[in-house]
Amino acid sequence: MDFLSEHQPEILPGNRQLPPTKGVIEAPHGTTIVAVTFPGGVVLAGDRRATMGNVIAQRDIEKVFPADEYSAVGIAGTAGLAVEMVKLFQLELEHFEKVEGAQLSLEGKANRLSTMIRSNLGMAMQGLAVVPLFAGYDVDREKGRIFSYDVTGGRSEEQGYAATGSGAIFARGAMKKLFRDDLSESEATTLVVQALYDAADDDSATGGPDVARRIYPIVTVITEDGFRRLSEGEASDIARSVLERRLEQPDGPRAALL
Amino acid sequence: MSTPFYVSPQQQMADRAEYARKGIARGRSLVVLQYADGIVFVGENPSRALHKFSEIYDRIGFAAAGKYNEYENLRIGGVRYADLRGYTYDRDDVTARGLANVYAQTLGTIFSSVGEKPYEVELVVAEVGETTEQDQIYRLPHDGSIVDEHGSVAVGGNAEQISSYLDQRHRDDMTLAEALKLAVQSLSRDTNGSEREIPAERLEVAVLDRTRPQKRKFKRISGRQLSRLLGSDGAGASASESESESESGDDE
Repeated sequence: MDFLSEHQPEILPGNRQLPPTKGVIEAPHGTTIVAVTFPGGVVLAGDRRATMGNVIAQRDIEKVFPADEYSAVGIAGTAGLAVEMVKLFQLELEHFEKVEGAQLSLEGKANRLSTMIRSNLGMAMQGLAVVPLFAGYDVDREKGRIFSYDVTGGRSEEQGYAATGSGAIFARGAMKKLFRDDLSESEATTLVVQALYDAADDDSATGGPDVARRIYPIVTVITEDGFRRLSEGEASDIARSVLERRLEQPDGPRAALL
Repeated sequence: MSTPFYVSPQQQMADRAEYARKGIARGRSLVVLQYADGIVFVGENPSRALHKFSEIYDRIGFAAAGKYNEYENLRIGGVRYADLRGYTYDRDDVTARGLANVYAQTLGTIFSSVGEKPYEVELVVAEVGETTEQDQIYRLPHDGSIVDEHGSVAVGGNAEQISSYLDQRHRDDMTLAEALKLAVQSLSRDTNGSEREIPAERLEVAVLDRTRPQKRKFKRISGRQLSRLLGSDGAGASASESESESESGDDE
């Protein structure tokens, strides 16, 4: 990236001059991303909706991307900018790995993403914010970790679970009640789908599982074996079983009162 | 003011070529072979830190003999070229042919510019395709020419002898274990015809494996996996076996 900023600065997102604008620019926005850790790894998932104002811009957008073998980024905010940021982030991690012959530490990757978000601050102040969620398996500490960001690039590590995007408040509420320390991988993937369902339930910008069009959330798992995205079949099985239960209990599983 | 000696251009180029060739010949040789599922790089390298082989891009690998700092420089240049290409256009738009052309330009310019000393390196750029026929191997000598190779390539000090040895014995449909053993045999022959043993710890081995599920096909083979491949009989170590090992033995 340092090389790029000297060599071809115009292709870096942060270096473009913005024309002065009035009001908010209408561009597709991605919505809810959730992440949950479990012993041995971390699950990162996102819904499939992109909205532009009150219009659904895209029903089947993909918002969770592998950053490299052991980490993934889920994006909320302006879709176009976010996808470009992820592309550049992937490139940087791969480039570092090839040139140095070793992978960046998870902390290093998280810091790098932080700088990239900060370089987008100008755009963010015009309403084109990008707020990703970064999750990865820390090979040194042998556990899954989640990092969340704010618009200014501020980074904080989350314990257990995290969410970002417009439906995040609802998703976080759901996860708070359902999260346990000893989740298995399959329980963790079910948990994120539950959380996304709750987010879609209360937030109009978040898409629920679309059975008619067979569009289900993207669920990815990162363990010491590396990044794995659940296949369409696996994701639909989880989404359908969640949906099945919700037909009887529309508000989802109940947590104990005391 | 003294008049500089006149040196004819032919003589000058010949001297420079001689200089580069001698530099390359001091280093140990390495070989690049095609096998049924991809391309294997084998070389003798006592150092664990300084690699002779490296990944450039998804399907493209790089091998170099000669002076480390010079080829490392070229390697990083190649990674930058490839990553920039892939980012600006698409991952499919990065090809070994394009990369080999850039290397040829660079080496050629350096070789013929009077101010600089010629690079003492010989490179191999290989790209693994969907089938053996689509594999591409380019050899780039110190003077910036490109040689389109097929089957097997040797570069470094002993290259001619090794490549004639390989040419007689190499087949495109070899398994990884067979290709590896042939490569080690060819490397362990000395200039005077005698043979010596190269222990597995002194070997650097990497493959571009087209059966690898990931986009990035480059993988280093070392340790237990390497000694198993070298130890087993050619027929025993099938491609599927080496693939199942690649999942667990991933060291990248």
